[in-house]
Amino acid sequence: MSILVIAEHDNKALNGATLNVVAAAQKIGGDITVLVAGSGAQAVADQAAKVAGVSKVLLADDAAYANQLAENVAKLVASIGSGYSHILAASTTTGKNILPRAAALLDVSMITDIIAVDSANTFKRPIYAGNAIATVQSDESIVVATVRGTAFDPVAAEGGSAAVEALASAGDAGISKFVSEEIVKSERPELTAARIVVSGGRGVGSGENYHTVLDPLADKLGAAQGASRAAVDAGFVPNDMQVGQTGKIVAPELYIAVGISGAIQHLAGMKESKVIVAINKDEEAPINAVADYWLVGDLNTVVPELVSKI
Amino acid sequence: MKALVAVKRVVDANVKVRVKPDNSGVDLTNVKMSINPFCEIAVEEAVRLKEKGTVSEIVVVSIGPKEAQEQIRSSMALGADRGILVEADDSQLGALEVAKILKGVVDAEQPQLILLGKQAIDDDSNQVGQMLGALLGAGQGTFASAVKVEGDKVQVTREIDGGLQTVELALPAIITTDLRLNEPRYAALPNIMKARKKPLDTKSPADYGVNPATKLKTVKVEAPAERKAGVQVKSVDELVEKLKNEAKVI
Repeated sequence: MSILVIAEHDNKALNGATLNVVAAAQKIGGDITVLVAGSGAQAVADQAAKVAGVSKVLLADDAAYANQLAENVAKLVASIGSGYSHILAASTTTGKNILPRAAALLDVSMITDIIAVDSANTFKRPIYAGNAIATVQSDESIVVATVRGTAFDPVAAEGGSAAVEALASAGDAGISKFVSEEIVKSERPELTAARIVVSGGRGVGSGENYHTVLDPLADKLGAAQGASRAAVDAGFVPNDMQVGQTGKIVAPELYIAVGISGAIQHLAGMKESKVIVAINKDEEAPINAVADYWLVGDLNTVVPELVSKI
Repeated sequence: MKALVAVKRVVDANVKVRVKPDNSGVDLTNVKMSINPFCEIAVEEAVRLKEKGTVSEIVVVSIGPKEAQEQIRSSMALGADRGILVEADDSQLGALEVAKILKGVVDAEQPQLILLGKQAIDDDSNQVGQMLGALLGAGQGTFASAVKVEGDKVQVTREIDGGLQTVELALPAIITTDLRLNEPRYAALPNIMKARKKPLDTKSPADYGVNPATKLKTVKVEAPAERKAGVQVKSVDELVEKLKNEAKVI
């Protein structure tokens, strides 16, 4: 078995999600090679070489890979992919953008969002917004899959000593161009990796209220902040904070849902959390059915009181 | 220019599905079916581009059972001009096979813009648009929240994990829609009536030389592990006490 893991990075540092993918690769078993496709990404390759369990790092350094354009990275992955039994990437927007394209270039089917490894070709994955779990067997020559990070404990970022090899660029496909990027800056922990997440929904009322009520709670707990789709659509917070089937999937130790009713699509993004707390004025809210502790009350008084008591 | 929109018939987003007792799949008998929400956004975007004069004709295609005609008709009621139904057994098809059939449709129709939803809410794969891009050698603007056609190029603003990214693609290009791209309109009754008269062709995967059998086998489908029932706490003090001493998470 030889497994190719596509590293996720910003040309400066390796994204933590890659460590979860390496963990999934270890469950499959076999030699693990990490591909770093980037521009000026030597530091990322050096970091990847130190990751526990990695036996080789391939560095393809070319301006064509600077912004992870799927047209270019998938072309590179497909050019070397047939030498591997498995190709894995994180189930992030980057992984989901690139990997299906690479799979089609290799003429193989792909499995999205695996949450468990049953054997080298059999995996579990959620379907219907997490309301069913399918066990899927791949009869393809190469197993191509994205890995749901929260389902696998990350491997250690230090301790490995893989060799870094340069890989020739597959060139620019010439059909797409990066124009611009707008990254939301935050001092808080990253949503998908946070130990505690505080999320607000439509019930918080406004963007201003979201911050006056929830910021102190998140500050006090050192938590990341999330939101339901309703809160994002109403313009309270930017869309990269959305937790759900169509947003981010989180599984923190503690998830505090404030003013969130608990639609199916939201639950799909957070119901694997260890402990769920719901604060809602509606006694009948569906969120209460998945919550470990739920408190019925006005969030504008309950949350400040909570902040003062923890 | 011509736009092609792919739509899928799926279980309605508000239905809580149940797993069949024999673990062969989820029970879809007598369950309300609808157009996949992301596909509806793709239709709406195509219609808006037509209203702006960018797009001259909208062809909507669906691959699935005979009943998927309903979803094609509702897309026509929103403003699509004609439809193609590729009749096939959904359960046999994987994303790769769907992408191959769509490539056949694209080769026949030669659209400049190809719009799809970013994922179907039943299998949650999020693959078909990207695979179609690969098969056609076309650029892909996935998870689109804004689309701007300029001459022979299209600028697509994409929702990525850290925020937004804008890319420029040469036409023909693939666009997969995210929820924030637009708010789909409701079909007015006269338009629903008109949609009945719009042309709809029926094809089969074989017409495009595609073998619909996927190499991914669903071994079983199970219900997810149930969470144990929680408790209602009466006060903030009780909540803090539980979180500290019982759950030990703060």
